[in-house]
Amino acid sequence: MAHAHESNTKRIWTVFVILSVVTIVEVAFGIVKPEWTMAPILGMKILNWIFIILTIVKAYYIAWAFMHLEGEKGSFRWSIVLPLLILIPYLAFILLVEGNYIHDVYADGFVSWDF
Amino acid sequence: MEATANTATDQKVWSGGNEPLRASYGKMMMWFFIVSDALTFSGFLAAYGFSRFKFIETWPIADEVFTHFPFLHGVDAPMYYVALMTFILIFSSVTMVFAVDAGHQGNKNKVAWYMLLTIIGGLVFVGSQAWEWKNFIKGEYGAVELKSGRILQFVDASTNERIALSEFAVDVPSERVAHENKNGLWFEDEGSLTEHSLESVLAGFEANKNIVVRTERLNEEGKKTVLSREASAERLKQAVMVVEGANLVHNEYGNRLFADFFFFITGFHGFHVFSGVVLNIIIFFNVILGTYERRGHYEMVEKVGLYWHFVDLVWVFVFTFFYLV
Repeated sequence: MAHAHESNTKRIWTVFVILSVVTIVEVAFGIVKPEWTMAPILGMKILNWIFIILTIVKAYYIAWAFMHLEGEKGSFRWSIVLPLLILIPYLAFILLVEGNYIHDVYADGFVSWDF
Repeated sequence: MEATANTATDQKVWSGGNEPLRASYGKMMMWFFIVSDALTFSGFLAAYGFSRFKFIETWPIADEVFTHFPFLHGVDAPMYYVALMTFILIFSSVTMVFAVDAGHQGNKNKVAWYMLLTIIGGLVFVGSQAWEWKNFIKGEYGAVELKSGRILQFVDASTNERIALSEFAVDVPSERVAHENKNGLWFEDEGSLTEHSLESVLAGFEANKNIVVRTERLNEEGKKTVLSREASAERLKQAVMVVEGANLVHNEYGNRLFADFFFFITGFHGFHVFSGVVLNIIIFFNVILGTYERRGHYEMVEKVGLYWHFVDLVWVFVFTFFYLV
């Protein structure tokens, strides 16, 4: 094992508290839905951007602390994370743009889908 | 010769005598599997996003679909239940890290106890998901499907509250019975008939002047469009069937793709949780039998731990994209 055999109890509890707080904040936002978060930025409501960013924060803590990426060698860590960081946004971008385009075709076309 | 001697005593050294990227073989392969599985799940979620963007104005509102909480009947509790499920899964992740931590100290009893807690957390989560599925499949209010496949739901015109079919449907005597295979050569078997027939729902609509319908379409405030009484009656002429609950073909909550993706993605994730629980149980018994104590290290606990955290990681994203966004 690359790392020392000391106990990480404190770190684990800290991360658990962070993950819980972030989840509670997400649920609170989802229930209250404050007025200012309804304005769109870059094609999406601010609220949805908040949710996505908070989710990535949670993912970071799970991967770095629980899955112990922070203790792995840098090259190993990035050979795992980089492919995901490149491929997933790419896939999401392509599919969402395409979905949006088909939406426009349905909306502007002369065929009714709602009868 | 030193490398050879090392291989014989230390199992964490690959056959070549060194450890690429300072990771053991098993752990690296678990990571490779996790990377590919992560891409699979992102493919599913991206496909969900695609369909949602395609039907952005008619997509069901998750807050209106998942409103149940155990022992709180009739209380509108959106999201609390999934939030609870998220906590359960995160907490079982925490007990899993403690198991790995205890493994580093070589404390067999502690590893076993924390593994047991993780297994229990996993089982509670799978059970909660089953309950969520049950509510989703059973449905709550019921709706009517039109010729085009669109859904009309019934609301009270004065309060805008949803009304269940059973609250207003009139009992219309009907000769229609479910087709059964044994009743004739030419009959195909069919699923059970809905509790209320289309005739009784339409008659109930006629009789209650205070009922209107709402369509799948979202208005500017992000709420479902409610039609006037006349427009409701007009749209109901296109009704072809009653929908109660959701399955892969019909969905009382709105777009049927929503139900398809819900079943597929949460089902695939639930299957991962289930496999994780099975793996954890195997490792748990190995810990108790002292397999890893004899081996001198608890790396197997670390490996199933990685998988277990990954399942948690995926749930965090499913939670966001299905329930929050």
